[in-house]
Amino acid sequence: MKKIGLYVTLTVGALISLFPFYWAFIGATNESGKLFSKQLSFTPGTKLIENVINLNESIGISRVMFNSLFVSLTYTCVSLLVCTMAAYAFAKFEFKGRDTIFAIFLLSMMIPYHATVIPLFKMMAAFGWLNTYKALIFPNLAYPFAIFLMRQNMLAFPNALIEAARIDGAGEWRIFFRIVLPSMKPALAATAIFLFMYQWNSFLWPLIAVSSTDMYTFPVALSSLFGLSRIDYGQVMAGVTLATVPIIIFFLALQRHFISGMLGSAVK
Amino acid sequence: MRDLVLRLNLSFYLNANKKGRGRLRTKTVETNSVTTKVEGRTEMKKHVWKKKIVPYIFIAPSVILFSIFMLYPIGYSFVMSFQTSVGGEMTFNGLENYKRLFNDAIFLKALKNTFIILIIQVPLMLFLALILAVLLHSSLLKWKAAFRVSFFLPAVTSLVAYSIIFSIMLMNDGLINQLLEWLGIGAIPWLSHPFWAKASLILAMTWRWVGYNMVIYLAALQNISEDLYEAASIDGASKVRQFFSITIPQLKPVILFTAILSTIGTLQLFDEPYTLTKGGPSDETLTIGMYLYQTGFRYFDFGYASTIAYVIVVLIAILSFIQFKVSGDER
Repeated sequence: MKKIGLYVTLTVGALISLFPFYWAFIGATNESGKLFSKQLSFTPGTKLIENVINLNESIGISRVMFNSLFVSLTYTCVSLLVCTMAAYAFAKFEFKGRDTIFAIFLLSMMIPYHATVIPLFKMMAAFGWLNTYKALIFPNLAYPFAIFLMRQNMLAFPNALIEAARIDGAGEWRIFFRIVLPSMKPALAATAIFLFMYQWNSFLWPLIAVSSTDMYTFPVALSSLFGLSRIDYGQVMAGVTLATVPIIIFFLALQRHFISGMLGSAVK
Repeated sequence: MRDLVLRLNLSFYLNANKKGRGRLRTKTVETNSVTTKVEGRTEMKKHVWKKKIVPYIFIAPSVILFSIFMLYPIGYSFVMSFQTSVGGEMTFNGLENYKRLFNDAIFLKALKNTFIILIIQVPLMLFLALILAVLLHSSLLKWKAAFRVSFFLPAVTSLVAYSIIFSIMLMNDGLINQLLEWLGIGAIPWLSHPFWAKASLILAMTWRWVGYNMVIYLAALQNISEDLYEAASIDGASKVRQFFSITIPQLKPVILFTAILSTIGTLQLFDEPYTLTKGGPSDETLTIGMYLYQTGFRYFDFGYASTIAYVIVVLIAILSFIQFKVSGDER
C-alpha cells in the first residue's frame, strides 16, 4: 500500500517534469490559437510543417541551428581539452602555487557572471570580435566548474601507473592522452554535457555580444521571436521544440556517464 | 610487449617504493639502459627539470584564458564601479555610484523582488529536491533510472525555451487557467498581478531546478551508511524521524553547497524574468540582474551597471558567509 503511494507520487512528479515538453510539441503541431481555445486538445495536430516553414521565414532555422551547433560543439571540445589538462596538473602534480591557483579558480565561481559582462563587451569591441563566433566561444573556455569536476575524478587515478609509464620512457603528453584520459570517459562525458549545456543554453552573453540576426543562437532567436508584438505561438513552440531536441539527444546519449560522473565528483 | 614492460616496471615500482624513490630510478635506468645509454646523473637532472615545468605547461592554457577573460574583467569592472561616463570618457567619481544606488527606488525594488524570490524559491526547491532524492534512493524501487532522467530533463533545457513554454501555459487563456476554470477555481492573472507574477517565476524556476539538485543529493545519499538507518529502525525510529535525524544532518555539507549555488544563481536571475514577465507588471518582477542589463545595455551607463554588479558580488559573499556560519555552528 505504501509502495503504491510512492509510485503514484513519483509518477505524478515525473509527469509534471515532462508535460511542458509535450505541451511545446502540441503547440508546434497546431495553429497558433489552438493553445488557447476552449476545446483543449492534447493530441498532436497537423500543422507542424507549416509552423516550421513560417519559423524558417522568421529566423532562418538552418543558420540559427548551425550557429548554435557550431559554437556549442567547438566550445565543448576546446574547453574540455583546456580544462582537463588543468585538472590533470591540479590532481597529479605537485608544483609551486598549485593550491593558490586552484583556490582562485574555485573562488571565481562565486563571482556572478554579470561582473564580467561589461568589461568583456568592451574587450570584444576593442578586439573587433563583436558579432563573431570568437566572441561567443572564447570567454568561458577555462570553465572553473569543469576543471573542478575533472580534478575530483582524476584524484582517484593511481599515481603508480603514471610513474610507471614515466619510468618506461613515455612522454608526458603520451601519458596524458594514452593512459590517463582513456580511463576518464565517464568524467569526460559528464563534463562535456555540462559544457555543451552551458553554451547551448547561454543567453545573456550572446544577447550582448551578437546583434546581427545571422549570428543569433537559438535562445536569442527565440527570445526575439517571442518579443514581437504579434506572436505566432505555433511558430514559437516549433522553435522551442527544435531548440530543445538536440540538447535532449545529447543528454540522453551521455546520461549514463553523466550520472556516474556526477556521483564520482560528489563522493570524493 | 610494451604492456608487459610497463607492468613489470609497475610491480618494480611498487616494491621499490618502500625503499625510496632515488633507488628506484637508478635501477630502472639500468634496466632500460640497453636502449638508452644515457649517463644516470644528467638523466636525473633533466628529469627533475622537466618534471617541474610539466604541470605549468598543462595549466598554462587555462590560466592564460582565465586571466584574460575572467580575472581582468572582474578587476576592470571593480574600477568602473567608481567611474562615470562624461562625454564618452570614463572618469572617476568616487563613491557617487554607490550613493546613487541606495537612493535609487528602482534598484531597491529590484533588490526586494530578488530577495522575495530567493527566500521562497530556494528553500522550497531544495526541500522538494531532497524529498524526491530520498524517495528515489529507496532500494526496492523499479524504473529508478527512468524516474531520474524524467526529473533531470527540465534542467537540460534552455532557460529561454522553458520560460517561453511556461509563459504560454500561464497566459490568461492559457492551459493552466483553462484547467483551473474547468476545476471551478477560476482563472488567475498569473503574469499581470504583482503577487502572481512572482509566484509564476518561482513555479517555473522550481520546475526547472528541482531535478538538478535532486541528482546532487542522490549522489550524496550513496555515501550515508545503511547501518545508521538499520540501527535507527531497530530503535523504533519512524521513517520521518530518520529523515530529520539522519538524512538531513548527514547531508548538511551538500545542502549547504546547493544552497550557496542556488543563492548565487538567484541573485543573478535574468533569463526567466526577461522572457516570462519582462520584469512587469510595473517592475514587480524586475531583478537585480535585469536592472544591471537595462542600465548597461539599454542606457549604456557602464559605470553604474558595474556598481550594480559589485553589489551582487558583495551580497553573494555575505549570504555565503552567513550560510557557512549557520550550518557550521550546529555541527
